[in-house]
Amino acid sequence: MKQKLDKILEKYPAAVFKNRKQHIVVKDDSAEQPQTIAANVRTIPGIITNRGCCYAGCKGVVLGPLRDAVVLTHGPIGCGYYTWGTRRNKGRTKGDELNLLAYCFSTDLQESDIVFGGEKKLYQAIREAVDIFKPKTIFICATCPVGLIGDDIHAVALRAQKEFGIKVVAFSCEGYKGVSQSGGHHIANNGLIKHIIGTGEKAVGKYSINLLGEYNIGGDGWEIERILKKIGYEIVALIPGNGTVEDLKYAHKATLNVIQCHRSINYIGDMMRTKYGQDWLKVNFIGISSTIKSLRDLARYFDDPDLYARTEAVIAEELEEITPQIEEYRKICKGKTAALFVGGSRAYHYQHLFKDLGVETVLAGYEFAHRDDYEGREVLPTIKEDGDSKNIENLEVEPDPKHYRIFLSKEKYEQLKNEIQLNDYTGMIREMKNGSLVIDDLNHYETEEILKLLKPDIFCSGIKDKYVAHKAGIFSKQLHSYDYSGPYAGFRGAVIFARDIAMGLKTPSWKLVTPPWKTQPIIEGSYVC
Amino acid sequence: MLDFTPKEYVDRKGLVINPAKTCQPVGAMYAALGIHKCLPHSHGSQGCCAYHRKFLTRHFRDPVMASTSSFTEGAAVFGGGTNLKTAIKNVFSIYNPDIIAIHTTCLSETIGDDIPAIILQSQVPEGKIVIHANTPSYVGSHITGFSNMVKGMVKYLSKNSGVPNGKINVIPGFVNPADMREMKRILKAFGAEFIMFPDTSGVLDAPMTGKYEMYPSGGTKVEELIDTGNSKATIALGSFASADGAFELDKKCKVPYTVLKTPIGIEATDRFLMEISKITGKEIPYELEEERGQVVDVMVDCHYHYHGKKVAIFGDPDLVIALTEFAISLGMIPKYVLTGTPGDSFEKEVGEMLKAAGVDGKVKAAGDLFTLHQWIKEEPVDLLMGTTHGKYIARAEDIPFVRIGFPILDRSVHSYMPLVGYRGAMRIIEMISNTLLDRQDRDAADEDLELIM
Repeated sequence: MKQKLDKILEKYPAAVFKNRKQHIVVKDDSAEQPQTIAANVRTIPGIITNRGCCYAGCKGVVLGPLRDAVVLTHGPIGCGYYTWGTRRNKGRTKGDELNLLAYCFSTDLQESDIVFGGEKKLYQAIREAVDIFKPKTIFICATCPVGLIGDDIHAVALRAQKEFGIKVVAFSCEGYKGVSQSGGHHIANNGLIKHIIGTGEKAVGKYSINLLGEYNIGGDGWEIERILKKIGYEIVALIPGNGTVEDLKYAHKATLNVIQCHRSINYIGDMMRTKYGQDWLKVNFIGISSTIKSLRDLARYFDDPDLYARTEAVIAEELEEITPQIEEYRKICKGKTAALFVGGSRAYHYQHLFKDLGVETVLAGYEFAHRDDYEGREVLPTIKEDGDSKNIENLEVEPDPKHYRIFLSKEKYEQLKNEIQLNDYTGMIREMKNGSLVIDDLNHYETEEILKLLKPDIFCSGIKDKYVAHKAGIFSKQLHSYDYSGPYAGFRGAVIFARDIAMGLKTPSWKLVTPPWKTQPIIEGSYVC
Repeated sequence: MLDFTPKEYVDRKGLVINPAKTCQPVGAMYAALGIHKCLPHSHGSQGCCAYHRKFLTRHFRDPVMASTSSFTEGAAVFGGGTNLKTAIKNVFSIYNPDIIAIHTTCLSETIGDDIPAIILQSQVPEGKIVIHANTPSYVGSHITGFSNMVKGMVKYLSKNSGVPNGKINVIPGFVNPADMREMKRILKAFGAEFIMFPDTSGVLDAPMTGKYEMYPSGGTKVEELIDTGNSKATIALGSFASADGAFELDKKCKVPYTVLKTPIGIEATDRFLMEISKITGKEIPYELEEERGQVVDVMVDCHYHYHGKKVAIFGDPDLVIALTEFAISLGMIPKYVLTGTPGDSFEKEVGEMLKAAGVDGKVKAAGDLFTLHQWIKEEPVDLLMGTTHGKYIARAEDIPFVRIGFPILDRSVHSYMPLVGYRGAMRIIEMISNTLLDRQDRDAADEDLELIM
């Protein structure tokens, strides 16, 4: 495998070869030292990458799903336009609450704004948004030109907050900051901790949790909520899938934070632990076995006999409902191989769901994850900050004198830390099969070559790769958008995923790719005596 | 759906809500893909290239390849020259296109990167070409970007070598590959020799063969682009997308040009055909005349399906102008005509069209869909025609909806079917009448459900 990989990499110019080698790992169970990978470093110019920008991570990923805020893009029209409805973070209107998910707000900066400054226009835009929608919160997201033309969006936010008496928060998430969407997640997390979380007050019960890093793509969050509520948990805040700014204000009241996507939301998890004493539990609700494990881990945290009993009862009920359907699809999927290249979490999470269906993962990679998402959080102290990540603020927080409290005793904490992923994440590489490939920031050239090399039955990635794989005859499932299907999380989601994978493998269209005249002779001959 | 849009229209000076346009670079990317074995290059942050590729790939359901300079904060401060030089080197050695077409973004424009100077300092292998266009996203719209890239093709490549080639240049405008195929079919029916540029047919509507080709077989070849300087004349279809390129070609190579509407509908197609006839001296072939007659036949026989119906049309200016003319010739009433692209000429041209037809309608350039929705709330229409983003308004106001333009994200096949020419006109009539008749069926009481319509 290593030789074949080297052959593929040989085509690169020397500098690129040297760089890319560090981003590719062949899992080796016999390795003496834990394997390490380069990640979260700048993309090589000219390389066709799947990565996006800081603005995407901030506005598109973290802030966008909060349906009751006006999320205002300050910049030329494109950035706002491309994040309008394109991410399937669903949200349902509750009562007569504001739900602005179907809207796109932009200051549509023109040449004169770039030359003379856009602050005036921004303020006017805020005024108009307040007049029309009467929101309680406005988020301003900066795009590339904003920092360069010197618009002080934070000053504008402060002024607007005073004049209109509502919460106005600015995010300096210019696209060139950091090296990918990841910087944007961090900036958004910082802003939410600084300005929103902990600013409300309400009473909650003991079995109260926040669901973090769950974006309700295709309704994933709804499926997870359904199961959690069935068991009896109280969900205080959804951060941010199907969430609201209003609910975020109470997030500090919940007993435990539950994290689905570590990469995009770990900052809030860690900061809330420092500020409010809340632990966070790493869960994975993608996959049947992993959902069951996550539910049991969650119950373990609270260590309550009734809770254990209810958890087992719900698990049994859900399994009974889905098992016959899953079996049908498993017959089709069993023995197939999959390559996954997605985001900063899904390439790991979905391996579990595939395993439930008998599909083996031969390659996995992240677009914008950091080394801890690959190697586990224990490597955090060894990660060097480079010039690009130094520009993303590491927000320092302190214990809140009013709200800080600890749920577990020291002894209990030490005991549970060995049993469940408490304030911890073991990362992707550990669980991958010996000989499988791990590639960071997989680019187009590598995708083309490796698909030829590995010939997986299924390639999971995003829309920019999907049709490339299809043209090459390999079924490709989008794991960012689910090909507009879903949910894929939890129990019912697993069935829908299985159905979709089976469908992709079984569509009769694959058999029609080669025209018959390419393989059958048309001309007939006969003997002439 | 869109429950928080109030009915009362208020003029907005700062806030755009639900835009009806996007920014220049994606238009330039689309145009560049119409050059054979070309890799478009986005000189800016990664996000731009990612978004633009996604936008195009969702509409066409085909791979869209482009590279990026991947700006970081350092490049934003000190200039993107190093990034671009590195990119050019890497693109040629790894992806090996024949030509790189660079377009800029608001980032590289704001910091003032001098692209031609950087190209001169770059390592461009023998026989390979690098062209560029300045496409700041804070000016105009994606149509402007398309136009600027076409202009760039002319500026860099078109050459009058003194040897006339007897061909017609056709700049098709920002249309689908199927439209480009249809225009070419029309030209071939005349027996006319032509160079169409850009030409995304065979690039973004490529077949499934079981093998992935990074550079599909379609696209205008570089030699042809150079040869455009020797052509007899240029027909620019769609003033917003194509006029500038044609003007540039005349200025540089003395190739005379005519600007026509995008040939959507009978009258615009008639003018296209008559222009080809004028330039080539050839008569309009019967096969096209027959097609025309078929459409008029349908128009006469089925006018009652749509005559007098009020329609709201939004989208890109060239498409909308032509579509409005066609709607009027169908006897429909274009009550609201809106584009996100700025341009006084749009409001003037459409305004005059409506006046001549005696239609009391609203026209707006540089408008957004929030405005359109409020107009519709004030006085409803019978049909909405536009891009997929219109579906929210269609749902909110329960209006029959025809998808037409860029982008169409929620249906398939559309990019393989023409909107231009007589065949395209036939198709548009089918879409309009099917949609209106479906609604009639949906709302009819049992006793009023017609077997024959």
